[in-house]
Amino acid sequence: MRLLRIVPDDTNFDFIRFRRISFPISGVLSIVAILLYFFHGLNFGIDFRGGTLMEVQAKSGTAELAQMRQTLAGLELGEFQLQQFGSPADVLIRIAQQPGGDEAQQAAVRKVRESLGDSVDYRRVEVVGPRVSGELLAMGTIGIFFAILGILIYLWFRFEWQFALGAMIANMHDIVLTIGFMSITQVDFDLTSIAALLTILGYSLNDTVVIYDRIREMLRRYKKMPMEELLNHSINSTLSRSVITHVTVSLALFALLIYGGQAIHSFTAVMMFGVVLVGTYTSIFIASPILLYLGVGQTRREAEAEAASSRATPPAKAKA
Amino acid sequence: MLYFSRWKAAGVLAVALLVMLCAVPNFFPDKVVESWPKWAQRHLVLGLDLQGGSHILLEVDSNAVRREKVENLRDDVRRVLRDARIGYVGLTARGDTVEVRIREGADATQALTKLRELSQPLGGLLGNTGQRSVDVSDQGNGVIRLTVTQAAMTERIRQSVEQSIQIIERRVNELGTVEPSIQRQGVDRILVQVPGLQDPSRLKALLGTTAKLTFRLVDMNNSAAEAAQSGRVPPDDELLYEGRGGQRTPILVEKRIMVSGEDLTDAQPGFDSRTSEPIVSFRFNTTGGRRFAQVTQENVGRPFAIVLDNEVISAPVIREPILGGSGQISGNFTVQSANDLAILLRAGALPAPLTIIEERTVGPGLGQDSIERGKLAAYLGGGLVIVFMFATYGLFGLFANIAVMVNVAMIFGVLSLLNATLTLPGIAGIVLTVGIAVDSNVLIYERIREEVRAGRSAIMAIDAGFSRALATILDSNVTTFIAAAVLFFIGTGAVRGFAVTLGIGILTTLFTAFTLTRLIVAVWVRARRPQTVPM
Repeated sequence: MRLLRIVPDDTNFDFIRFRRISFPISGVLSIVAILLYFFHGLNFGIDFRGGTLMEVQAKSGTAELAQMRQTLAGLELGEFQLQQFGSPADVLIRIAQQPGGDEAQQAAVRKVRESLGDSVDYRRVEVVGPRVSGELLAMGTIGIFFAILGILIYLWFRFEWQFALGAMIANMHDIVLTIGFMSITQVDFDLTSIAALLTILGYSLNDTVVIYDRIREMLRRYKKMPMEELLNHSINSTLSRSVITHVTVSLALFALLIYGGQAIHSFTAVMMFGVVLVGTYTSIFIASPILLYLGVGQTRREAEAEAASSRATPPAKAKA
Repeated sequence: MLYFSRWKAAGVLAVALLVMLCAVPNFFPDKVVESWPKWAQRHLVLGLDLQGGSHILLEVDSNAVRREKVENLRDDVRRVLRDARIGYVGLTARGDTVEVRIREGADATQALTKLRELSQPLGGLLGNTGQRSVDVSDQGNGVIRLTVTQAAMTERIRQSVEQSIQIIERRVNELGTVEPSIQRQGVDRILVQVPGLQDPSRLKALLGTTAKLTFRLVDMNNSAAEAAQSGRVPPDDELLYEGRGGQRTPILVEKRIMVSGEDLTDAQPGFDSRTSEPIVSFRFNTTGGRRFAQVTQENVGRPFAIVLDNEVISAPVIREPILGGSGQISGNFTVQSANDLAILLRAGALPAPLTIIEERTVGPGLGQDSIERGKLAAYLGGGLVIVFMFATYGLFGLFANIAVMVNVAMIFGVLSLLNATLTLPGIAGIVLTVGIAVDSNVLIYERIREEVRAGRSAIMAIDAGFSRALATILDSNVTTFIAAAVLFFIGTGAVRGFAVTLGIGILTTLFTAFTLTRLIVAVWVRARRPQTVPM
């Protein structure tokens, strides 16, 4: 049987040289993402903004959106959105936080229930009061911070500090770009998005660590190899693994994206972007080349230069 | 790397099998599992998002608790000074403090001593912390200030929460739902989780009602309508309203309480024998019954009000003294509202109002759908991955697939062992674990391929592949595990479910990668003595 081979054996791409393009691109994209965050903003879900989310299903089989909109408009609930998803019977109702504290949110739900009555099935009702939403947001932010910190400390123990720093920069890059993605697509930013961000962190690092592991191994084994070549070699030799792994993860995510349902839709969409697109790109084009600038193998390179100058012969280029 | 002693191999298989066996109770209906010995009953619990139900976070109104505590202190001060026959003026309660001015300077010292007796050591006999409940200080000029200490307030709030939990438990249990869970959260919050409710309105009404019941006389000397219009209420009265919704009639009710709900021993819904309207009948304890008898004897012909949470339920006229210590409340009840009021009265009043600050309800229909979808996603994801792995690695792909399936079975085993809750994000965590688990195999196999290309013999390459890849697998999984751990500690509800399955998935992945996959390959190598690696 012929086996599938996505990445041919012994690839030899010059990933490191590509940093002259990838660094500026990532820089620009990161700035765009930050600008997006500040000027376009995230579509905060009720977890963080407070308010009410109701998932209803019309019993007749088709939801009359226009009619529902009219009914709800008459309730004077302030800002609200109706959105159809999945089958024509399913409608998401989002109601902005009501002024007047926690009681007012419950009153809003009661009003909607009374006006829509038995024409719909209330499949999901979520009400988050103003104080809880503030706390959830704070918790989420603290969580991401501690996750990064914890991972950094681990990497610092397992590798040299340069690796930890490189991984952290790569990490920030992932998070910033993913937030930019969430801003453009305006997917709900809620608790599950925080879960997605943290998972992306873990996955992207997972990838970075695999390459770093190889770099460390190569550093020990090939004391003379120039740094750029060593990095290139490390990335190339783990390339097949990176690709295969990401294909499998995207297959799993793909299934979740199709069948996961509304409740975890934002989670899977964000994961798809973060893990598959950014995570892989980052570990290859950002996390690895950045080691050049952080002085990994510095001492060795100095020795190398010394040896070269004392012999007064140009250093041999092993591979172009 | 490829050598396994017989014992070690048996150990690995035994662990994998045992953990997988733990998942068995999930495949049997609850009825069957209940007949098994206790240790075998541990099984997965479906989260509220999968089985449907309500998650309601309540907050005890700590301001009300504070207010009440200070008002009680003020009443105590009044009583103490009155009993000691000390003249005073300007008794006020504000914030956490009560202030009073003693009229005669000569009485000040005696007043101070008497009032100091109000301050008690906190923490009872065992946990005496040296702190007291009230700070009493002389402000000069005959002014004495009493401040409720922070520790006393915290203690009072803690007690209120405890009490509220007990009362809520009694109320929720009356609903007759299966396995409701009521937990304290943080300082002043209570999380109520009730599975399988169609409509949580009734639950919310039961939770949101303080149910403070009082019997008080109606003031007949002043006009309620006038008071309502002018806003001038006689000092000993309170202006309350009867009837919910449209028609609300004002009633002037005396502040003095004849009998309160604390003196009830029982309350039952029933029907009036003449009008066959739904009613709630109740019975007082001895003290309550005696007091009620006395007041009704003295006030025949006057109306009295039955007040529930500042709302007059009804204000019947006392036709004859009620001596038997029992009575009934009628007031436009439906069968359900009479039943609910009886539940509330039996369970007792909450020490402070509760506010719903978060609610997440999933209907049973959506829960069932989510389970179906979760299954589909798992089958589709798993199927795609299995096909892909087989296409990429052939026989070794098959090994990997076996390892992944064992892995997933072990996740379910561990989850059952922990009686963990499976949520929709939890299923997502399992599907993602499949990705991670496959990755560990990919790392090993790619390494083997590399070693083969570097010119090693098949067996040497496999051996080296395992030993080199395992270090990487450990490193890369620890990072993801840290992320999962953080999620577990900060997350609530559904997100926590994700963190749990992801974390457990990583552990089982490490186990299968380090032992099971290696064992399978070792057995194959020993049987076949391969010259080439078939991938």
